[in-house]
Amino acid sequence: MCAGDRLMIDVAAYIGPYPFRHLPHPDPDVLVRVLEREGLSGAWVGYLPSPWQRDPAPGNAALFAALAPFPTLRAAPVVRPDWPQWEHTLDQLVAKGAAAIRAYPMHWGMGPHDPSMHALATACAERSIPLVLTVRFEDLRQRASLDVAGDLSAAHIRTLARAHPSVKLVVVGAGREMLEETHWGLTPDEQRRVHWDFAWIWGPPEDHFAHLLRTVGGERFVYGTHWPLRLTQNSRANLDLLPADLRGVGITDASALALDPVRVSPT
Amino acid sequence: MNDDAPHGGTTPLIDAHAHFYHEHAGRSDWARVNAARFRAGDAIGVTYHVASVLGSYGHTSPTYFPSPHDVTRGNDAMVAIASEESRRVRWYVTVNPNHTAHALAEIDRGVARGAIGVKLLASRRADDPLLDPICEKAAAAGLPVLHHIWQHRTREWPSQEISDGRDLVRLASRHPDVSFVLAHLGGGGDWAHTLPAVRDTPNVFPDLSGSGVDRGMLDAALDALGAQRLLWACDLTMETGLAKLRALEVIGLSVDDMADVRWRNAVRMFPSGAFPECALVIV
Repeated sequence: MCAGDRLMIDVAAYIGPYPFRHLPHPDPDVLVRVLEREGLSGAWVGYLPSPWQRDPAPGNAALFAALAPFPTLRAAPVVRPDWPQWEHTLDQLVAKGAAAIRAYPMHWGMGPHDPSMHALATACAERSIPLVLTVRFEDLRQRASLDVAGDLSAAHIRTLARAHPSVKLVVVGAGREMLEETHWGLTPDEQRRVHWDFAWIWGPPEDHFAHLLRTVGGERFVYGTHWPLRLTQNSRANLDLLPADLRGVGITDASALALDPVRVSPT
Repeated sequence: MNDDAPHGGTTPLIDAHAHFYHEHAGRSDWARVNAARFRAGDAIGVTYHVASVLGSYGHTSPTYFPSPHDVTRGNDAMVAIASEESRRVRWYVTVNPNHTAHALAEIDRGVARGAIGVKLLASRRADDPLLDPICEKAAAAGLPVLHHIWQHRTREWPSQEISDGRDLVRLASRHPDVSFVLAHLGGGGDWAHTLPAVRDTPNVFPDLSGSGVDRGMLDAALDALGAQRLLWACDLTMETGLAKLRALEVIGLSVDDMADVRWRNAVRMFPSGAFPECALVIV
């Protein structure tokens, strides 16, 4: 998978079990093999149980430990901005080499204008680290009765995109409607602060993905698979089935957004 | 594979669950969407699209509760597309079982014009006795029935009288001579509920279509039902169809099992001679 001649990375991968259904072997060594099979150069990896755990610290520790033997897998740990010492935690995670920070405002009961999320977006911007927001893990139609967080709203994303001129949001799991409601509700400068994966965006015959490439632009998109929840083949299929005029369209390699691990000083 | 080779391989491939639109479907881009289905079908390597038209798709009566007038007009549009694209399109005649006489007449009219299956939406629960005369008519004509399904209904959902695998099993058990295509295993709801619900009813065949691409779904379906009970299909999202084809390759199906899912199960289920391109392969 290439943007130009470069291999792409996956911004939406996880390890660990999912609370609401069994996932076959959600382990980092398997992820490495899947990425190789799919022609991807690496992944930002989250810890799948974290959204449903109150304190993200143990999950973050487990994530870093599990990924340590696998250099192509970079941790995308969680910072919960209503938790004591969260800014210190953020600094520690950046120092440990986090590629990005994940936040789950819907799971934490935080509305679109929650001041702590605004503070987190600002803090990430000041540290030049991307903030990953997840619209959904599963289709609303199959969600378990205990899974009550709901989808992330476009209002959340618009608000956070306006939090700081240097904020870098990566939104995964959006469909066309949510993406358009957000994108066209932002100024051109704000639009450039948001990148989207296209794993959940419909291809042909509706051709939502093709429409968005033409209207929003390929540079707004990054590659995400949602492994181990979803088939990794889906994003590639979406690219392969684009109309002829969009074949080979350039999308953004998210590794350009992440902090360079070699520039991070260890603590 | 060269650049022009289909992404889904070169052996026969039947999309057992497709839809087309028409000028009375309430959207100005209907022709573009139909053309996109053919474009993507060619890119994947679809040999046959087995399609239906769902009335007016909500424009003049609800998609899942189409009026008799809209049912007829939709079927007429479907016939026109199938005639124009006779090499690659086959079709289901759509009916609303709440209007029994109209539904039965529409099946007769459809068979006379080349329909190879019956499409039931969510106009009535699958186990309702009103579906019996329709299934008897399908049995007499040797037609399979494609039934819209919600995978595990736990409540009523708006705009449809939804059925799940258990409901369809009750209907299929009353009509053992009819093959029932259980629509879109990946189309919403919990597919894990459907698999045990239909396992012991051999005339129910889930299609793999739907926007859902849950990891584990294909493996579980193969484990529960085997390759001879599954039909490849796309419905509204053809990229998920291609993704599932590729995932089946990764799972490592045998050549025979892959052929069953891709096209042989459909050839066995639909009327003889419906897919001449596949008959050439069988020979």
